[in-house]
Amino acid sequence: MTRGSARTGPALRARSGRPPWPLVLPALAGVAFLVLPLLGLVVRAPWHDMGRRVTEPEVLAALWLSLSTATVATALCLVLGVPLAWLLARTDFPGRRIVRALVTVPLVIPPVVGGVALLLVLGRNGLLGRYLDAWFGITVPFTSAAVVLAQVFVAMPFLVISVEGALRGADRRYEEAAATLGAGRVTVFTRVTLPMVLPGIGAGAILCWARALGEFGATITFAGNFPGTTQTMPLAVYMAMQRDPEAAIVLSLVLLLVSLAVLATLREKWVNAA
Amino acid sequence: MRDTPLRLVAALAAAALALTACADRDTGPGPAGPDAGGPAGELTVFAAASLTDVFESLAEEFEADNPGTEVVFNFAGSSELAAQIGSGAPADVFAAANTDTMAQVAEGEGLDREWADEHGDGAVFATNTLQIAVPADNPAGIEGLDDLARDGVSAAFCAPEVPCGAATATALDAAGLDVTPVTYEEDVRAVLTKVELGEVDAGLVYRTDVIAAGEAVTGIAFPEADAAVNDYPIALLADAPAPDLAAAWIDLVLSETGAAALADAGFGTP
Repeated sequence: MTRGSARTGPALRARSGRPPWPLVLPALAGVAFLVLPLLGLVVRAPWHDMGRRVTEPEVLAALWLSLSTATVATALCLVLGVPLAWLLARTDFPGRRIVRALVTVPLVIPPVVGGVALLLVLGRNGLLGRYLDAWFGITVPFTSAAVVLAQVFVAMPFLVISVEGALRGADRRYEEAAATLGAGRVTVFTRVTLPMVLPGIGAGAILCWARALGEFGATITFAGNFPGTTQTMPLAVYMAMQRDPEAAIVLSLVLLLVSLAVLATLREKWVNAA
Repeated sequence: MRDTPLRLVAALAAAALALTACADRDTGPGPAGPDAGGPAGELTVFAAASLTDVFESLAEEFEADNPGTEVVFNFAGSSELAAQIGSGAPADVFAAANTDTMAQVAEGEGLDREWADEHGDGAVFATNTLQIAVPADNPAGIEGLDDLARDGVSAAFCAPEVPCGAATATALDAAGLDVTPVTYEEDVRAVLTKVELGEVDAGLVYRTDVIAAGEAVTGIAFPEADAAVNDYPIALLADAPAPDLAAAWIDLVLSETGAAALADAGFGTP
C-alpha cells in the first residue's frame, strides 16, 4: 500500500502533466485491438430476432450451467487456493519454488492439455478414476462436476497468484503485534491476515470466476458436451459456429454482457474497496 | 499494492498469449505463397481430417512424380475448412467429407468456374460409412446398434452440427432408435478418443477411423449405416495459385492409384 500511494501521490501527479504521445498512441492502438473485435460482435449481431434467440431454452440452460459451475469452481478455488497462497507466501518449506512454479503451469499450458491430463487421472480408466468407478461407482467425466473440476484446474492459479501477491505486500507488523498480544496462529490468520488481504482475495476471486466462465478446452476434452449437463456457454458458442454463425454471435454477446455486468459490479465492490 | 496481483497476472497472461501465438504460427498451415523459386511450385490442399493418412501417402507419390513440387495440407473439419475458403484462404484444392459442405463453397463462388462447368460441384472420389467403435475389450458387450439404447451403456456421438453427427442421426432414424449419448463431441476423432480411452462403452465413428485407430478399438458394422453413407467430393478452387498442379492432384486422387489407397484406408468407392 505504501508503494501505491507514493506512486500516485500529489507530488508525482503534479509533475506528470500531459501524457507523452509515444505512450498514448500505442496504448490507444492496444485498446482498439482489444475492443474492435467485440464491436464486431455487436455490429454483426442479428438484432431483429435477438429476443427470441436469447430466451431459447438451450441458451438459458447453457448460461445457467456456465454461471453456476463458474461460481462453484470459484468457491472451491477459494477454499483450496487461499491456504495454498498463504503457504507459498508465509512459510519456507523445501521445494517451495518448485511448488510455486507448478501451481502456475495451468496458466501457460493449453487448456486442452489440462483436459487430457484430467481425463487420464479422473477418467473411468484413469489413474484414480478407475478406483472411484470400481469402489464407489462414480464416473466423473460427462458430469457437471467434471465441468467444475476443469474450471478449477485452469482458474485456480489466478487466485493463488493474486492472494500470494497480496500476502507478500501486506504489512506483517500487524500480525506480529497480534501474536505478541497472545493471539494464536489461527486467530492471527482469521482476524488479522485475512481482513488485511481481503481486497486481494476479492480481486483474485473475480479473475478466477471470469477465467472459469470462459473455460473451453479443458471442459470439452474432459467433461464432454451435453446440453444441460456439460455444455457451457463457450461450448455452445463453438458448436453453434459450425452450423449457425448468427446463433454463435448471439451466444457470444450474451456471455460477454453477463460477464461484463458481473465483473463491473464485483470489481467496484472489491477492487475499489481497498 | 492494490493492483500488484492484477498486474502480475496480466504479465503472466501476456507471456502465455505470446507463447501460444508462437505455437500457433509454427503449426499453422502457413501461407501458400507463389512459387518461392524452384522449377515447380507448391500445391495447397485443404482436406477433411479423415483423409489425413491417405492424402499424405498420395502426396509422397505426387511429389516423386512431379519433381520440385511440394504438397502442403490443411487438414481440419470440413465445415471449418469451408469457412476458411469462404474468407479467402489461398488454396488450390478442397476435398470435403460431405457434399453439403462442398455445395456451400460452390454457392459462395469458391470453385473454379471452368472446372466446375466440366465436373460439377465436386467430383465424388470416395464414400465412408459409420461403424460402432467399442474399446478393445468391449466392456458393455455391444453387438449392434440397439445395444446402445440399453440402460447403463454410455455412448459418445458427434454433435449434430458436424457431418458425422448428421450421419449418426440419419442412421439412428433408419433403425428407429432413440439413443441419448453422454456427450456430443465436436468431431469424429474426439469420439474415437473417448472410445480409445475407455471413457465410453461405444461411439459412432467412420469405418476409416476404426481402421486408423488400430487395435485400440474394435469396429462393429451395422446394417442401418447404409442409410447414412457420406460422399467425399473434391474440387479445384477459384483463384487457385497453382491450378495445373491442382488438376494433376485431382487426377491422381480419382485415378486407380488413388482408389487403391483409399480402399486400403477403408473408404468405399462411389
